[in-house]
Amino acid sequence: MEVLFWNKELETLPRPKLEKMQFQRLQKTVDQALKTHFYQRRLGKAGITSGKDICCLKDLQKVPFTNKDDLRKNFPFGMLAVDFEQVVRLHSSSGTTGIPTVIYLTQEDLNRWTDLVARSVVATGCTKKDVFQNMMTYGLFTGGLGLHYGAERVGMTVIPIGGGNTQRQVHVMKDFKTTTVHITPSYLLHIHSKLSEYNMDIDELHLKRAFLGAEPYSENTRLKLEELYGIDAFNSYGLSEMNGPGVAFECIYKQDMHVWEDAYIVEIIDPVTGEVLEDGAKGEVVFTILTRDAMPLLRYRTRDLAFLHPEVCSCGRTHRRLSRILGRTDDMLIINGVNVFPSQIEEVIMSIPEVGTNYQIQIDKAGALDRLTVKVEIYAKMFTGEASALDALKVRIMEKLRASITINPRIELHEPGVLPAFEGKAKRVVDTREAL
Amino acid sequence: MKVRQLSVFLENRKGRLCEVCSLLGDNGINIRALTVAETETFGVLRIVVDNPDKAAQTLKDNKITANITNVVAVEVKDQPGGLAGILKVVADNDINVEYMYGFVEKSSDNALMVFRFEDPERAVQILAENRIRAVGEQDIAGL
Repeated sequence: MEVLFWNKELETLPRPKLEKMQFQRLQKTVDQALKTHFYQRRLGKAGITSGKDICCLKDLQKVPFTNKDDLRKNFPFGMLAVDFEQVVRLHSSSGTTGIPTVIYLTQEDLNRWTDLVARSVVATGCTKKDVFQNMMTYGLFTGGLGLHYGAERVGMTVIPIGGGNTQRQVHVMKDFKTTTVHITPSYLLHIHSKLSEYNMDIDELHLKRAFLGAEPYSENTRLKLEELYGIDAFNSYGLSEMNGPGVAFECIYKQDMHVWEDAYIVEIIDPVTGEVLEDGAKGEVVFTILTRDAMPLLRYRTRDLAFLHPEVCSCGRTHRRLSRILGRTDDMLIINGVNVFPSQIEEVIMSIPEVGTNYQIQIDKAGALDRLTVKVEIYAKMFTGEASALDALKVRIMEKLRASITINPRIELHEPGVLPAFEGKAKRVVDTREAL
Repeated sequence: MKVRQLSVFLENRKGRLCEVCSLLGDNGINIRALTVAETETFGVLRIVVDNPDKAAQTLKDNKITANITNVVAVEVKDQPGGLAGILKVVADNDINVEYMYGFVEKSSDNALMVFRFEDPERAVQILAENRIRAVGEQDIAGL
């Protein structure tokens, strides 16, 4: 395998040099943050009034965390660290609570972000010969525009189609010989289920790779997509608070995602105590962005659960790798007192060939107890006509799930195309229990 | 002689069986024999129709999950002991029956039984040796 670099020097910088760069940038970032009222107060309480109060990288731990609620409370301008006229772009998220958050970028910030995205896509093997169909939503969401600019910088042919309109997506893929897509895994699964309806054969497409992101999914979902399309599917990680896509990306070895550590300091913490954990330990991911003047964020708590690989990757990059997101500190379900992450259920479902690409998790009350129902669609080609085979399938799904999540779910088999399909982020958990 | 049976996956939803049967009816397909294997959360509808090709295509066009299985349809004298006579041949020859269902012919004194055998080839042969006639799809279309 040929390893391509966008900026080989930075991507393979020896750790001591990389950490020195992080330290210098951190001091500057703290100074920049102190231009906002929010950080003046927040850092002042911790005795930090200048970047010089940070004497080494480890001093970052003196800095208090920033969380989503801080962004909401300081909406819209409370965390802006430059004159508004310096801002060339903003992205905003409405959030599920209805209180929006906003991120600002100067021209230089945008330039640096674009460079990180370019670095990310080159790491997957993309060159200017590739045709890139960007199926992420454009607009205030960062996923669409972020990848768009990065791919353009590499010189790829960018098709800014956005999400939705599956039939057109498929025809565009065929007509322009799209090699690379950026898409949510649930939408890529959905497209596959529609191909026969459009009389399209998988061999008529020229797809080589997919960048997956914007929603949680299991390793088995990735493998299933790779098999269905005959492609390489790359995990990516980003969040709007850290610019968006391009925070961490897999290289061609697909052994989890390199965090671009010249631009971000990543920490894994115990979500309860806030204590910083060793590499390899699972915890909440915390980021400090080092390359954004308009809106510095220090120790931002993502609520994503993951771990860092301490080992060096075969590609030669010195930037550590972040595991896939194993769950959210806030999407964990508690079912009859047992902690269950939807990702555990997905992992099991996607490992079973007889079920299709769509599923739903439902939790309701049966008397005093919580009841978990997992609804799956059967894969039409695997239907043998025998009821006994379907019964055995149900038992097999149930036993595999019980082995993984320790509770007994009910399994419902559905006809293909019956469960809700998603053309963007999937919402697969329906919890009808009354909130306490 | 084998007959194609359509097995249709039905999720447990009010009116679903009616929808499938109406669809076949609207397309001029006549159901000659039917049974439903049901469980708590889904069912499998098994039908023998006058035009299996058209039925299969109609189901496929309407994205209904279905599968074709070969079954054996046998004429049974519509009188006491008629079925037992056939089952004796089946049992004596160690032929495994996975499931079976029946219906009465309008135009003759015979009933028709549909068998799903583990080994349909062998079953048809042995039935023939015992002068038990398996009917073909043309016979069924003409009923």
